[in-house]
Amino acid sequence: MLTDLLGFPPQVLFGQLLLGLINGAFYAVLSLGLAVIFGLLNIVNFAHGALYMLGAFATLGLTQYLGIGYWGALILAPVIVGAIGILAERVLLRRLAGIDHLYGLLLTFGMALVIEGVFVKIFGASGIPYAAPSQLQGGVNLGFMFLPWYRGWVVVASLAVCLATWYLFERTKIGAYLRAGTENPRLLQAFGVNVPLLTTLAYGYGVGLAAFAGVLAAPITQVNPMMGSNLIIVVFAVVVIGGMGSIMGAIITGMSMGVIEGLTKVFWPEASSTVIFLVMAIVLVLRPAGLFGKTA
Amino acid sequence: MKLFKKLAASASALALLASGASAEISDGVVKIGLLTDMSGTYSDVAGPGTVTAAEMAIEEFGGTVAGAPIELVSADHQNKADIAANKARQWGDTENVDAFAELVTTSVAMAVFEVAKQQNKIALVSGAASSPLTNDACIPTGLHWTYNTRAMGVGTGSAVVAEGGDSWFFLTADYAFGESLQKDVSKVVEAAGGKVLGSVKHPFPASDFSSFMLQAQASGAKVIGLANAGGDTINAIKAAKEFGIVDAGQKIAGLLVFLSDVHALGLDTAQGLQMTVSFYWDMNDETREWSKRFFDKTGKMPTGIQAGTYSAVRHYLKAIEATGSDDTDIIVAKMREMPVEDMFAHNAVLRTDGRMVHDMYLAEVKSPAESSGPWDYLKIVRTIPGEEAFGPLSESTCPTK
Repeated sequence: MLTDLLGFPPQVLFGQLLLGLINGAFYAVLSLGLAVIFGLLNIVNFAHGALYMLGAFATLGLTQYLGIGYWGALILAPVIVGAIGILAERVLLRRLAGIDHLYGLLLTFGMALVIEGVFVKIFGASGIPYAAPSQLQGGVNLGFMFLPWYRGWVVVASLAVCLATWYLFERTKIGAYLRAGTENPRLLQAFGVNVPLLTTLAYGYGVGLAAFAGVLAAPITQVNPMMGSNLIIVVFAVVVIGGMGSIMGAIITGMSMGVIEGLTKVFWPEASSTVIFLVMAIVLVLRPAGLFGKTA
Repeated sequence: MKLFKKLAASASALALLASGASAEISDGVVKIGLLTDMSGTYSDVAGPGTVTAAEMAIEEFGGTVAGAPIELVSADHQNKADIAANKARQWGDTENVDAFAELVTTSVAMAVFEVAKQQNKIALVSGAASSPLTNDACIPTGLHWTYNTRAMGVGTGSAVVAEGGDSWFFLTADYAFGESLQKDVSKVVEAAGGKVLGSVKHPFPASDFSSFMLQAQASGAKVIGLANAGGDTINAIKAAKEFGIVDAGQKIAGLLVFLSDVHALGLDTAQGLQMTVSFYWDMNDETREWSKRFFDKTGKMPTGIQAGTYSAVRHYLKAIEATGSDDTDIIVAKMREMPVEDMFAHNAVLRTDGRMVHDMYLAEVKSPAESSGPWDYLKIVRTIPGEEAFGPLSESTCPTK
């Protein structure tokens, strides 16, 4: 068997594949948000990691101060953080429309530094624990590994949200407007569609996706001010590999990069933080627009 | 006229005397440059708290020593050796800094050692843990204060082996510190008749430990040793709990756990964990009094690194007070000659290899029922005599000892 050839028992490999999918689910939701934002606003949203972190902190805050549990936060936190995103779009990002990408990148990167800096100052770097909801405590022994219920839930929930997003963008009237907005905003406006409102909502939605991932992550890692900055660079690589602005591309690439990273953790653990960038470099050489991107 | 001459002479003599007193203090100021991780993985175990601790030492002297003002400057090295080395060089070359302090992260401490050696400045290491700092990588002016990886191995490693944990698998942070910690603990485990079955090096810092934990589980080792620190240790312990590894019978040994980590994990998750500490706030009246003052300033109880920074800076200033000089060679000699005596260390000695030898403590994390509230987290199980924790001087491989 192949697995025996590689010197690892199949149980270990199955376990790692599953774990890869779980991490891939986070990559998928986060890169999806980035893809949506880039598609509509042409902005490389470097604040995405900070907004993901805000989602986790919103969950913590809702539970600690308002007594709203995990399930409520799963809906409310993305709405709250999405609203913050909409505000930021209206007040700041809008001013950068039509000028070089670099300015949007700098602004959002600056926003991320400020948000994270403030949270480190208040909450410290070790983070705060957040318990998984009681319904999802414990886990099941799959024979080759122990799967915590919560991790299983993460994969299911992420996939559901990813597919719903894909459906929204590719199969509905609003989605058609959004895609038209990417192609030719002026023409769409001439048809009487409120394009600025559309872009604002799209940014809010992308930010909401980041916050949703943050809620999912809260019980897994510590709720930590730096949780986003550790992840965001990898997620950008995932978006580049998948192709900027491609919805399905972001989902598939996110999942598969999680798996590739997971396997690297077994065969060459030291390289596990680098492997995705290696893939990115190869993809950029062979297909500069990304695996699922359209060449301009 | 004669009177005037006399007056003038005595005035100038007085002036000479005054300037003579501080002439020994270079540039008329004692300046300490503190480099630490202000916002990253290690900012809770070291970070801004070490600045507060150093300030508390300076306050004890009323802000002046040997007639010269004491100045503290600090900077964020972001756990990057190049940033630390550049800052230290700048401080030493152009800003009259006399000593570098804290230096968490081994790679940072080693880079600053290089600068300190070239500039003949003192490096008061508190946060970096690797034992090579007073062995192969030692410099004559590099003083390693709080703890080291050997002491961690002697404390936690032997305690775990004594309880039957005789086969180990390590999760090791992939840089000099992780390697040094794994090596030092392995030595202790093997000397006690235990076996090391394997290890996996994880990137530093890492956020997801589930994969590494599963590999550790597959090894079948009785003990999973965490040769990492700060956020990495926290995430690893969380993953072990989530994936049912502890319930399945394997024991997690955190080899470098700090009070701030226990605080972040919560007692539910951390209870029963054994850890070797250089300091705990609730040991005696002295430690409680100091820690209470620290808490009032920072809102947190101090970690060993923070208390150790206080002790190192204080002892450095004591030596300046005693000699009236801030000359590096004179001060290092005086610091070695005087026993270290404060709330952190009692009758401790600074050896010629740079090691400050003081007692260490094996502690166990209390259960939620045993704890009376926030920060009441540890019970001290054993006092490890300094010589046992750090080994005799003859064992040190420092070439200049």
